[in-house]
Amino acid sequence: MPNIFDEYHPLTGKIFRILDENGVLHEEHAPKFSLEELRGFYRWIIFSRVADQKALNLQRQGRMGTYAPVLGQEGIQIGAASAMQPQDWLFPSYRELAASMIRGLPLANIYLYWMGNEEGSRIPEGVNIFPISVPVGTHPLHAVGAAWASKLRREKIVVVCFFGDGATSEGDFHEALNFAGVFKTPNVFICQNNQYAISVPFSRQSSSPTIAQKAIAYGFDGIRVDGNDIFASYVASKAAIDKARSGGGPTFIEAVTFRLGAHTTADDPRRYRTDAEVEEWRKREPLVRFEKYLREKRIIDDGFAAQVKSEAERAVEETVTQVEAVPSHTPNDVFAYMFSEMPQNLKEQLALLNESLSVKREILFGDTMRHGVPE
Amino acid sequence: MAQMRYREALRDAHAEEMRRDNRVFVMGEDIAVWGGSFRVTEGLLAEFGAERVIDTPISEEVIVGAGIGAAMAGLRPIVELMTINFSLLAMDQIINHAAKLYYMSGGQLPIPMVIRAPQGAGQQLGAQHSQNLEAHFVHTPGLKVVIPSTAADAKGLLKTSVRDDDPIIFIEHEILYGMKGDVPDDNDFTIPLGVADVKREGSDVTIVAYSRMVHTVLEAASQLEKEDGISVELVDPRTLKPFDIDTVTKSVEKTGRLVIVEEDCRTCGVGAEIAASVGERAFYSLDAPILRVAGADVPIPYSRHLEQSAIPQTQDVVHAVKRILAGKAP
Repeated sequence: MPNIFDEYHPLTGKIFRILDENGVLHEEHAPKFSLEELRGFYRWIIFSRVADQKALNLQRQGRMGTYAPVLGQEGIQIGAASAMQPQDWLFPSYRELAASMIRGLPLANIYLYWMGNEEGSRIPEGVNIFPISVPVGTHPLHAVGAAWASKLRREKIVVVCFFGDGATSEGDFHEALNFAGVFKTPNVFICQNNQYAISVPFSRQSSSPTIAQKAIAYGFDGIRVDGNDIFASYVASKAAIDKARSGGGPTFIEAVTFRLGAHTTADDPRRYRTDAEVEEWRKREPLVRFEKYLREKRIIDDGFAAQVKSEAERAVEETVTQVEAVPSHTPNDVFAYMFSEMPQNLKEQLALLNESLSVKREILFGDTMRHGVPE
Repeated sequence: MAQMRYREALRDAHAEEMRRDNRVFVMGEDIAVWGGSFRVTEGLLAEFGAERVIDTPISEEVIVGAGIGAAMAGLRPIVELMTINFSLLAMDQIINHAAKLYYMSGGQLPIPMVIRAPQGAGQQLGAQHSQNLEAHFVHTPGLKVVIPSTAADAKGLLKTSVRDDDPIIFIEHEILYGMKGDVPDDNDFTIPLGVADVKREGSDVTIVAYSRMVHTVLEAASQLEKEDGISVELVDPRTLKPFDIDTVTKSVEKTGRLVIVEEDCRTCGVGAEIAASVGERAFYSLDAPILRVAGADVPIPYSRHLEQSAIPQTQDVVHAVKRILAGKAP
């Protein structure tokens, strides 16, 4: 197989694409997936969309806090996450619903996180994923440290880190990539260039024509990929992950995509971008081309699509029921997770807090707290 | 017991802990080949190799951030910041990440990392290289702050810090690196965090001081005893968080007077917190208002005589003790 990192060197200006927006497959670099694998990708994209929309609904109903929707960015997330091996680690940002679920994170964790329950960040045993990271661009630093740990222990573990175009303007980003280049850490950096950092377009982040070309300055491979193409995303990620595993050092992938929804439920994208721009990108979004391809190849049909959707809806509803029954943390939990052992000053503060909470309860509820709410 | 310098005690603590636990590694600027700007990590490269003793790029944010990542992945990093002044470049990683991940992960992700850095004035290094920043770290929930004043404390506390599961800011003092002291030979010599040390027993006045100021106070105490017959009790908390308020309170209950000496500038400094805590606990034992001897609220000047005048000197401590004993306001 020809080296795609040479062929698609960022300074050539080329973008790596296998399945184009019309659903036409370009055979040269096309991966060989079984029909079951292809149907599996379809299931993930539908599941992600149903879960994403449900989260938006929950937020609007006041049952969830702020939420950052993933709609439109599933291509790179499904492609890259599927190229990882079970022992590899994922450092997500805050919009990696699809990638995280593929890596084994239960949807319940993601919902709990956005509902403000710290239980969401307790990752189940055996799932190699770090908690959602909301500060922009701060976790690539952790990803290179974790990759260094992997290298030190000679574990052959690759650490994949997701972030957005806005993160590339932060100093942390530069320091992380520079460190990765110097120490040839087994990292794959995946920048989802979704064109906007909240309201600010990429042209205000950098005058660099591509983000991928920044990798050259750090001394390692970079590639610009059509992030709405699951196949190209998979192939580029797989090549980068294999290279990292065999000691070839880090790779930077710029996945060109578009956030079809708001940055989070706290903003209104109509105030900073035009409908025309969104409509242009809607034609290129990941599901349209993939579904077209699968239907033309008769890999899926209406019956299958309907079945997948209803399965996804049922699973998401079950998850909502499950997470809404999880008790939220108490003040005791907050204090308990400050240090490995609670120091004296926190014990005193906790005692004071509990005392004042019980006084407040007394004032607010009087006897009902002690004797129960009357029927 | 062996006589050794503060820096040698620190180096031995590194070496012993790295021999004991292969998850421990060290990284920072100029720490490997050069042996550290203050020679603390000298010789570690030869014994432990370049994978565990790492010269990094000049990038404080990634030194701390990668340390956090390595800790999340199960290692036990010691990261050196050449001076505490450079911690400002890594403050987001320290405050927003190291200090919070254990809490934010519901107790799943401890960060067993030691961030070592020297601080302090006295070497004419100018305003941007002579600061004392302990109050910033003490103020941050989730961090422990360790600040040894002697070679023995440096060794015992660093070994404990490396074995501790929480993120620790380990603050050394540039002036102390060459100071000699007796250090126990025991490979498992550790000092628990949160236990103060009474560096000198006395009956007339309690002085709380840490880091370099311990030595300034010892000098003042000798002078006061010799010239005025005043008996000073010196309590060195050794760790600012957790803080051994009980030992301080007990001492104040005995002497009835408290002077707090800190090199850091006065406003919202550690001394303010100690004064408030003692006020809450031992107000009725006090025979005089609590006094603070602290650095001025100014940047540390470059010029020698101005630098000295910005931080507490022996005579400042002597005057404060005489004032508090005379019942005079500051």
